[in-house]
Amino acid sequence: MTFLIYDGSFEGLLTAIYEVYALKLVDVRIITEKEESSQLFSTEMMITTNDDKANKVAKKITNILGSTGFRSLWKAMLSELPGTADIILSVVKYAISTGKNVIKDYGHPAVLALQETLKKLGREQHRMTAFVRFELAQDGVFYATIEPDFDVLPLISNHFRKRYADQKWLIFDLKRNYGIFYDLQRVITVEVHQTLPDNSPSLMRLDWDETEKEFQNLWKNYFKATNIVSRKNTKLHLQHVPRRYWKYLIEKQ
Amino acid sequence: MNWERLQEKLNILADAAKYDVSCSSSGSNRINDNKGLGDSTGMGICHTYTEDGRCVSLLKILLTNHCIFDCLYCVSRKSNDIKRAAFTVEEVVELTINFYRRNYIEGLFLSSGIFKNSDYTMERLVRVAKKLREEHKFNGYIHLKTIPGASDELMREAGLYADRLSVNLELPTKSGLKLLAPDKDHKDMLKPMGAIHQDIIKYKDEKKLIKSTPIFAPAGQSSQMIIGATQERDLDIIKTSTHLYSKFNLKRVYFSGYVPVLEHKNLPVLGTPVPIVRENRLYQTDWLMRFYEFDPYEIVNEVHPNLDLDIDPKLSWALRNRNYFPIDINRADYHMILRIPGVGVKSAKKIIAARKFGSLNVEKLKKLGIAMNRAQHFITCNGHLLATDIDSLRLKNLILNAGSSKFKANFSPQLSLF
Ligand code: SF4
Repeated sequence: MTFLIYDGSFEGLLTAIYEVYALKLVDVRIITEKEESSQLFSTEMMITTNDDKANKVAKKITNILGSTGFRSLWKAMLSELPGTADIILSVVKYAISTGKNVIKDYGHPAVLALQETLKKLGREQHRMTAFVRFELAQDGVFYATIEPDFDVLPLISNHFRKRYADQKWLIFDLKRNYGIFYDLQRVITVEVHQTLPDNSPSLMRLDWDETEKEFQNLWKNYFKATNIVSRKNTKLHLQHVPRRYWKYLIEKQ
Repeated sequence: MNWERLQEKLNILADAAKYDVSCSSSGSNRINDNKGLGDSTGMGICHTYTEDGRCVSLLKILLTNHCIFDCLYCVSRKSNDIKRAAFTVEEVVELTINFYRRNYIEGLFLSSGIFKNSDYTMERLVRVAKKLREEHKFNGYIHLKTIPGASDELMREAGLYADRLSVNLELPTKSGLKLLAPDKDHKDMLKPMGAIHQDIIKYKDEKKLIKSTPIFAPAGQSSQMIIGATQERDLDIIKTSTHLYSKFNLKRVYFSGYVPVLEHKNLPVLGTPVPIVRENRLYQTDWLMRFYEFDPYEIVNEVHPNLDLDIDPKLSWALRNRNYFPIDINRADYHMILRIPGVGVKSAKKIIAARKFGSLNVEKLKKLGIAMNRAQHFITCNGHLLATDIDSLRLKNLILNAGSSKFKANFSPQLSLF
């Protein structure tokens, strides 16, 4: 068994796939440094991300799977789930060996696994477009923090840019310590360099606009008033809004 | 702003509006191309769910709960002794904009009790929508529930600002309406539906020729009926909704299980449970008609006028029509695959897509997410007959006992239905 160790980036993965073909590796897994190769007797190989090689693989894949199929592979990587790189490798191998667009071949185990990952990712992406709650600060910017299961900021950026074209906003991923900021022109990625002692970035200590609390209260009240008590169905409620998402929701606090 | 007073109004006017079950915000195509606020091109998002499990997508309020009518089933009726309130146009606009900016909602669902007269009320609803669109460049979703009896001009104006218009039919039968809403006339509801339908077509046609033609109610129109307030059969309800779909091309017909609000000889007694299961069965039927290629009268008819409460209408149909089964998973067309109990629209599409790469066996079917505990009784797969050769009654019990959880707790229109 050969373990290819890559940097976790999508280009890194494509480079690794290039090497699988260049070196004709058969029994191979692609992992990051963080993932242990628990096997005793195995070969390890460090992969240096190489744009040229990555581009070649990207082109080949796009030829077979189309740009949507290719994007699916990129998307799957945002899940950060262990084993995703191997799933992608299997799908690519299957696609290259058959020369067909197999992205919908749900009967194939790797394709199915890929689709499951995309489904999970899609669900989280959708939830974040729904559950993000902005708060207006005195500087006129609308702020929100999230801690999504997957790295979905790249997937929701467009949605928020289109929707809130006339207001400045920032959505910050506390788990991954970066955010996206819209300055009325474009969306840029922002990072917080020093992590504060209690792990909360400084934006948590903003001065809020004086109307902010009032609108939050109005919203909480609305949420209560619109409920129909005689139809109460807690099970269904929890199915739609699992408890771990309540922390985002002003109306659930 | 007087926050306390606003708070109080919101409580009263959200409480009074909540019996309108529609909260859909999809189906529009309003693009944010003026660098304004909001966008209504997507699927419509549920930003939260109430404790009864219903989607909250829109700020759903009444402009006022004052009303000159006395519909028996309605909390806002004239004779009911309740607190009354009325928003100003500005207040509704402010609430909508500020909730929207915080990503609480997809837009506004505004309706109203009838204050003074129909036109007076309708005119204010239109003003809210107009102000949102023109002064605030708001591209979020606006649903206006029209006021029965309002003039054609106001209705048309409403359509120029709203994404969706609705005219509530209120009750599925004429006799029911006479009994419970003596102020209202069936014709007053059907007439505006027809007018809106005509305008939607007219504006669409014109837009094809002249690009600058404004969009008119791009998310179409919908309606709602209260069920369980009168003695109607499910067949009556489905007949009426089928009629509305085909005659006025409605986007949705909603069913609202009657919540007892008044002791009256013409109404179910107070404390009668809300018919939530029945409501869900009606929505499932609605889905079968819209997405599963079923004809309504395959599901309910004079022989079988009411839906079963213990099983879903698709399974019920399958058990009454065993002659269509077993269905060959690898050969049958999409239309028939859709009819297999345990196979939803998504799974059916997956089956069609996946079998192009080779025939499907039981293992693969399971992986595609098909509920085999039900489906197995109705299919063949690679020549294997999985179908059970027992009569329908015994089969029904077998299925009910095998996977009972699926049938019990899930009673909401927003659930995945099969
Ligand atoms: S007209 Fe509308 S608000 Fe007035 S009583 Fe009838 S249903 Fe209620």
